[in-house]
Amino acid sequence: MRKFTWFNAVSLTFGFVFLYIPMVILIFYSFNASKLVTVWAGFSTRWYGELINNQAFLDAAWVTLKVGFISSTIATILGTMAAFVLVRSGRFFGRTLFSGMIYAPLVMPEVITGLSLLLLFIAIGLDRGVTTIVLAHATFSMCYVSVVVSSRMATFDESLEDAAYDLGCTGWDAFRSVTLPIIMPAVIAGWLLAFTLSLDDLVIASFTAGPSSTTLPIKIYSSVRLGVSPEINALSTIMIAIVTFGVLSVSIYSKRVIERQKREEQLANS
Amino acid sequence: MNISKRLLIAVPYLWLLVLFLIPFLIVFKISLSDYAVSIPPYAPTLDLSKGWAAFSELWSGLDAENYWFLTEDDLYWKAYLSSLKIAIISTFLTLLVGFPMAYAMANAPDEWRPSLMMLVILPFWTSFLIRVYAWMGILSNEGLLNQFLMWIGVISDPLVILNTNAAVYIGIVYTYLPFMILPIYATLEKLDHSLLEAAQDLGCTRSSAFWAVTLPLAKPGIIAGCFLVFIPTLGEFVIPSLLGGSKTLMIGKVLWEEFFSNRDWTVASAVAIILLLILIIPIVLFQRNEQKQREAGQ
Repeated sequence: MRKFTWFNAVSLTFGFVFLYIPMVILIFYSFNASKLVTVWAGFSTRWYGELINNQAFLDAAWVTLKVGFISSTIATILGTMAAFVLVRSGRFFGRTLFSGMIYAPLVMPEVITGLSLLLLFIAIGLDRGVTTIVLAHATFSMCYVSVVVSSRMATFDESLEDAAYDLGCTGWDAFRSVTLPIIMPAVIAGWLLAFTLSLDDLVIASFTAGPSSTTLPIKIYSSVRLGVSPEINALSTIMIAIVTFGVLSVSIYSKRVIERQKREEQLANS
Repeated sequence: MNISKRLLIAVPYLWLLVLFLIPFLIVFKISLSDYAVSIPPYAPTLDLSKGWAAFSELWSGLDAENYWFLTEDDLYWKAYLSSLKIAIISTFLTLLVGFPMAYAMANAPDEWRPSLMMLVILPFWTSFLIRVYAWMGILSNEGLLNQFLMWIGVISDPLVILNTNAAVYIGIVYTYLPFMILPIYATLEKLDHSLLEAAQDLGCTRSSAFWAVTLPLAKPGIIAGCFLVFIPTLGEFVIPSLLGGSKTLMIGKVLWEEFFSNRDWTVASAVAIILLLILIIPIVLFQRNEQKQREAGQ
């Protein structure tokens, strides 16, 4: 009954061409020798060389990575805690407000989140810099982490924890040796999501960054506003390559883990 | 409730209160304040050294003047309406491109599906900014699209696409396509194919079975996908600012310019509050749709 028609084939082909052609063109022209981005003048790695010698980009990349690592780690810890509260804590005072605050940042326009955080930092007199970007990123990414982790926890078999308690575990022991390994794939996925969200964010970072804490997206935005530049093409190619490599290796790894778990379950059941 | 459990609730709760809820209250307060030539550029500010008198002073200094200002200058009305128009049209266009793809993925052989899913998700992980930027080189007057069209002889003069609304539509469809495909694919994949067989046994043609069975069953996915595109598009800043022209009015861009170029924080805050009020309706509808789906799933 399920039939793959020619119409299906055509729409998939067109769709994927549409999704991938712009990136392929970007990568292709990053190896262009000419300064003119639309005229092909032979193969060259000139722009990669200029990029490596551009201190402003390197500084921005360093700030971005630093912000990404710290904010996604904070977001993962807070988001996992929030997921526990959402799934396990039952009713408590202010629960509706709590879940509202978890879901609201997911649909909030970035300009509003950025503006409101900036106004807070100014009201309490916190100087804008790496710290303020980290606080801002950790806040909106913890909501994404908690959604990812809580969806995993919803399918969690709580009798496993009870078994750990029966066998003499304290609360923390049970968490560390039973709960955490089971929810770990979701926690890692949450961290990766938080990390990419942080690396990618232009709007919130623009509001919360100070003059000495320019992130890569801010730098890219200010240099492409006036037009296409070959250095940015080279930078984009590097970023696309890293992401592609990362996503593919994580997905292959998680596929292996799932297969191993399936095999172990089959062994246990037989 | 023991102490560790209280702590578990208190830490994320306090974090969100301080960094999410209080900032909003500040935006709301500043939207009611007066513009002032000072640092920060609004008055009154809360001066805690005055004690309780500071609060009454703060209270008496607030009024809805900025909101009246928004109604007087038709720039803001036009920007809200034009954001709504752009969001509605581009959501529809994304559905038009995304549905056939999701449908084809659901019909594809089982062994292709993980790879097809990967191909849809991969662009989602790559930088949003770079994906928007990639179109600047394609759509410009001497860009690749015009070069290609002139080479095959369809046009003799380059089309002006970059810095128009058309470029904004293309950019939105391109960047938000995965958000449309994934929820639709999720509903179509679960679809029970014996229902389609039953429809055909009862005399439906393939196409009438599609309209009578497939489409109604895919409705929750379609609605979810549309909201996932519509909601972020309404406040979008990067796409109109890089691909749109000076005539492209979108509220995210207006807010940004009000804040960074005009440095009028009080009006920027009022713009933000109204944008939020407009967004509440689709967000509530979206949540209802999700709720219904969850109940149907159980």
